Amino acid sequence: MSSVHAMENALGITVDGPLRALRRLLYCGEWIESHALHVYLLHAPDFLGYEDAIQIARDHPAVVQRALQLKKIGNEIVATLGGREIHPINVRVGGFYRVPAKSELTPLLDRLQWARDASVETVRWAATLPFPEFEPDYEFVALRHPDEYPINEGRVVSSTGLDIAVHEYEEHFFEEHAKHSNALRSVHKNHGAYHVGPLARYNLNFDRLSPVAQSAARDAGLTNVCRNPFKSIIVRGVELVQACDEAVRLIQEYTMPGQAAVPVVPHAGTGYGCTEAPRGILYHRYRLDEQGIITEAKIVPPTSQNQKQIESDLRQFVASHIDLPDEKLTWQCEQVVRNYDPCISCATHFLKLHIERE
Amino acid sequence: MARHAKPRLAVWKFSSCDGCQLSLLDCEDELLAVAGAVEIANFPEASRAIGKGPYDLSLVEGSITTPHDAERIHRVRRLSKFLITIGACATAGGIQALRNFHDVRSYISAVYPSPEFIETLSKSTPISDHVKVDMELRGCPINKYQLVEILSAILNKRKPGISSHSVCIECKRRGTVCLMVAQGIPCLGPVTHAGCGAICPSYNRGCYGCFGPKETPNTESLAAQLTVLGVSDPDIVRARGRAPHPDQGA
Repeated sequence: MSSVHAMENALGITVDGPLRALRRLLYCGEWIESHALHVYLLHAPDFLGYEDAIQIARDHPAVVQRALQLKKIGNEIVATLGGREIHPINVRVGGFYRVPAKSELTPLLDRLQWARDASVETVRWAATLPFPEFEPDYEFVALRHPDEYPINEGRVVSSTGLDIAVHEYEEHFFEEHAKHSNALRSVHKNHGAYHVGPLARYNLNFDRLSPVAQSAARDAGLTNVCRNPFKSIIVRGVELVQACDEAVRLIQEYTMPGQAAVPVVPHAGTGYGCTEAPRGILYHRYRLDEQGIITEAKIVPPTSQNQKQIESDLRQFVASHIDLPDEKLTWQCEQVVRNYDPCISCATHFLKLHIERE
Repeated sequence: MARHAKPRLAVWKFSSCDGCQLSLLDCEDELLAVAGAVEIANFPEASRAIGKGPYDLSLVEGSITTPHDAERIHRVRRLSKFLITIGACATAGGIQALRNFHDVRSYISAVYPSPEFIETLSKSTPISDHVKVDMELRGCPINKYQLVEILSAILNKRKPGISSHSVCIECKRRGTVCLMVAQGIPCLGPVTHAGCGAICPSYNRGCYGCFGPKETPNTESLAAQLTVLGVSDPDIVRARGRAPHPDQGA
């Protein structure tokens, strides 16, 4: 989605009305799928002391069934609008290849309303989990939109007062390269590490959440500030409520547009795009030649933006929890990494901890 | 003994985006049934529990791009009775095989601020270039129903129903009117391996070949037809390079 936004930016195209709404709906589906996967199947086992969700299913089958049904409705939105769940094929520069009739979307409504209730239940359940004391002094970075909880567009803002247009991103952020890793790590110039994702969106956009999402958060004991990264599991639940609520509204208000895409004439230009992927801001920049062929591309995914912060969290967490037994400390350090729902290839359940106590 | 009576499944990752192994977690209706039929002994994307080998069945995702991975795949093979590669990276080298047609060093210095930290091979190669592969599933990503089918077939000791014809047949089965014939939209369906269910044409988009070439693809004939439709030569060259064949640039 960031890529088509960047291309449209380069070509001076605006996509609005039902086409914009469909893109927002597609992203809601992605958030629901991704958050349900992470909350229940990847993050919850840590809190409950299970090694994976299959083990949870043996003792609490209803919880895992709820997770799978939530995840499934998210995936169904993505598959209906995108053609398939992973690497959807239907989005194009200017709009879509094919837009659905309203009658293709309304069958999703009943289960989305169930999903909204199940998400409220998710928030309530997540709030009962045990949370370690840990509140680093983060700089949060997220998009901010005049009216909406940010998904597809907005200005890039931070908790230290940054407020810039997307095309100014690279004037303020750069990537460094550490010898110990292939992964690039983003740095906010003159500030250092920063935190993107649900916690950042929540802290910078609480006032943009829908009433039902706000009250789910309050009922769970959250205020409009949450700095404990372990509690991101509750905030993901709040965003599940938000995404289900928005998806219901978008489908109810949808009318099928007359054309699937606005006309596109390739020409030279540079374009910038930034969207809120489930795990944080995703920045794209492209340079196109006169035929529209990409001659230069830069992509900064959210996990690379969180990378430096994750390492900083690990250092702080180990220092303040060094008295834990090795096995417990290793597991909690894995959990520190998983708090960020890192891009799934980095989310693997594997950590070698060499402890040298003095 | 009873604990080990179920076949032991392992999932391995090499250079890839994880989309193919995510397909297993996307089987919302089948996941618990699969977990009941096999012992998921090694699946680090989903579980902390890592059981030691050997494994009855290994799913391997990703291509070989580093010296470390070129060694690791031999260990995976030794531990696995039956080895299936899943997805375009593992079966053909994936999008990272774009490097096979260029000097990888120019790519590294374009991407990394400190190229000297990067240890990589000059080519991205499929798993079958390194070890014996018992079966492969195509696609970027794989079709999750094909994954369930292949698991079910192996568990029940039968031949999996995985077709090797072109995407064209899948359009006919689905009842999609041919985009090339009816609308003049360029489509790689005639030379592309089936398996996706012909999704793109049903969304009014020509196939872009993400399942890779079918056996004996007639690319000359397709290129001639694309020229008739007004596709430029450079675009045809790009379309052919999109799903690199294992033999190309080897």
